[in-house]
Amino acid sequence: MHELAVTQSILDIAVKEAQKAGNRKVTDINIKLGVFSGMVPDCIQEYYDLLSEDTPAYGAKLHFEKIPAVISCKDCGKESEIERFRLRCPECGGNNVKLISGRELYVDSLEVYDED
Amino acid sequence: MKIKVVHQIMEWNEDVSDEIKKELAREKVCLINVMGSPGAGKTSLITSIINKLGDKYRFGVIEGDIAGQIDAEKMKEMGIPVVQLNTDGACHIEAMSIQHILPDFDMSELDVIFVENIGNLVCPAEFNIGEDFRIAILSVPEGDDKVCKYPLMFATTDALVLNKYDMAEYFDFDTERVINDAVDVNPDVSVFKVSSKTGDGLSELCEWLCKKIEKVMS
Repeated sequence: MHELAVTQSILDIAVKEAQKAGNRKVTDINIKLGVFSGMVPDCIQEYYDLLSEDTPAYGAKLHFEKIPAVISCKDCGKESEIERFRLRCPECGGNNVKLISGRELYVDSLEVYDED
Repeated sequence: MKIKVVHQIMEWNEDVSDEIKKELAREKVCLINVMGSPGAGKTSLITSIINKLGDKYRFGVIEGDIAGQIDAEKMKEMGIPVVQLNTDGACHIEAMSIQHILPDFDMSELDVIFVENIGNLVCPAEFNIGEDFRIAILSVPEGDDKVCKYPLMFATTDALVLNKYDMAEYFDFDTERVINDAVDVNPDVSVFKVSSKTGDGLSELCEWLCKKIEKVMS
């Protein structure tokens, strides 16, 4: 629901990195996204196309790689992938568990034009 | 050409949240983030707590609303230092807004600041605002399926207050289900059954709050 704020941050990161790389044009942005991050990728691309106008990162395609939610159980020591937000170990049923992935939200890498 | 970046997208908010936390720790002021749906009873619960603990601590309130200042006026009438924060459409409060508002308070005159977040069970949960802890309110008329439907809100809170609990019998509210769902997403959550209207359950909640506040102030 608050994808606009998130998109602005993605754009800021992309523009800054493009400048660092010698003002190259950004063509692709690779984002890693936990399944429980609550973000809607299509919505982010829409906002991005609007926000990025007149920046060196305009027109970049956003790629989202989903990271599964995994919990680790301190009782039985097993790690399990979960599909819905329920912090209970599917192996032993205990709730002495920790979410070890699934809430990520970060820009992993960018593709920029190769120019001499 | 590929450039490896690995940059947290929410970092701008996390950084500011950490700054607020440090500043408030220096001042020994406790910041409490109060969240819940529109109409869950956030304002009433805050005023009930202040009425009960007003002799013990000095309170201030930041009233978050998309528009208007109805709640801030209520607080002002009670003589509580209050600042209205209007987000002009945004669905949540960000740490930056809190940082801008804090200078409006005289920190030497305060022990506790309540932030009444925007009425919404989704977005506010994603944004740390420098709080020491969180209270999520779920009122009985909203239904006993809300923890299941909005897990993140209840997964990230320190306390779950089941408000308007005097109405439980009229709404077939399954308390056990709510508590089970809450523990499923948040094994450490403390649950309180409260009616701001009758005052039932408020003592238990205040006792818990005092312990948390003392820890921050010490």
